[in-house]
Amino acid sequence: MTTKKLFLPLDAAKIKELREGDAVSLYGTVYTARDQAHKRIAAAIKAGEKLPFDLSGAAIYYCGPTPSNGNIIGACGPTTSGRMDAYTPLLIENGLSVMIGKGVRSAEVVSSIKAHGAIYLTAIGGAAALYQSKVISCELVAYPDLGCEAVYKLEIEDFPAVVGVV
Amino acid sequence: MRNIDCVAVRQKVAALIERCLIEPDGAVTEKLENISDAPLATFAAKLIAENNRIAKEKRVFACQDTGQALLIVRLGDEAYCPGLFHALEDAVRTAYSPARKSVADPLTRLNTKDNTPPIIETELVPGDALEISFLAKGAGSENMAKLYMLKPADGEDGIISSVVDAVNLGGRNACPPLVVGVGIGGVAETACMLSKRALLRPIGSFSPREDVARLEKIALEKVNALGIGVAAFGGSNTALAVNIEVAPTHIGMLPVAVNLQCHSLRHGTVTL
Repeated sequence: MTTKKLFLPLDAAKIKELREGDAVSLYGTVYTARDQAHKRIAAAIKAGEKLPFDLSGAAIYYCGPTPSNGNIIGACGPTTSGRMDAYTPLLIENGLSVMIGKGVRSAEVVSSIKAHGAIYLTAIGGAAALYQSKVISCELVAYPDLGCEAVYKLEIEDFPAVVGVV
Repeated sequence: MRNIDCVAVRQKVAALIERCLIEPDGAVTEKLENISDAPLATFAAKLIAENNRIAKEKRVFACQDTGQALLIVRLGDEAYCPGLFHALEDAVRTAYSPARKSVADPLTRLNTKDNTPPIIETELVPGDALEISFLAKGAGSENMAKLYMLKPADGEDGIISSVVDAVNLGGRNACPPLVVGVGIGGVAETACMLSKRALLRPIGSFSPREDVARLEKIALEKVNALGIGVAAFGGSNTALAVNIEVAPTHIGMLPVAVNLQCHSLRHGTVTL
């Protein structure tokens, strides 16, 4: 089985080359966001307010890490993507290009991904210590009051995933 | 009456939780290391086994979802442990201090910030011992729990199809390979509690009741025929075990609860 190296952000042409079931290894920038961060980002889009990061071409990692406890980041595996389905089409319409999480997406999200040339990557659920070792920097970007649900900017390398929806 | 020191309870339970959150059940890791299945499923199984090794060596959490602590307390009717409630709550607060704060008000979603309250289930049993089991259950798998209030006429076929239905609906989101806990009988909450107790049984063990053990084998075979596989990447390793616990029920009822446990099976028991 071959693994393709992908450098984030991904351009549209690169996304088109990928097929569901491709094993990939990710390098570059991702932003963490899960339930409550999605709720706030969606509300900010609707209100026309400034977003915590530029969504255009961005990659979101559905993740709420444990405290760092002196490391770069704590354990940081993917959370269930389906809980973000209610907000995802709006984010994709506003430029979101790459989503990384675990589990299945709704039919509405799948069609939004396909219509906008976005991509959903499945990470391995429960491999949080492994993913912790793939994060080389972590910076708090927004919503510190949300604790583990805050938005963090991560630089990742050799981060394993599989193309779920493209 | 035997008097049990609650300070000792607090220390033992805190140590148990600390260890469990770093080291999931070794029997699962061993199974994962030896899985040979569809290419992507085998790839995922190796990564999960590697994850568990990294967590153990570096003493970091195996999964970021350190769960809401479930404590099952079996208190002997000849034992007496003043201060037990606060000892358990303190044990959770202490052991979870480096872990994720995952407990929130269900409506306001405001975080309690120290992972309390734990879920404490108590059972009164004969004797003078105190036994406490811990299970860390993440939301990804707990969200996939199902309760089926079947009719007695639905029988064994109804039980099997309920288990298969629950895994088919929720298995892809619950971090497979799974341990499937099934509770049959009692009233609604009995079935749910039994489905959790079933998760504590060692994988590869079968019910001492022959008829129940037969159902466990049939259900496991059918669940693995769904083709969900490790990390939902396909293949025949959707579940490592289906464990069933039963209790007598009403003549007009057949409650069946199905609880899906992710591969990060973090549990243990201490006896005082």
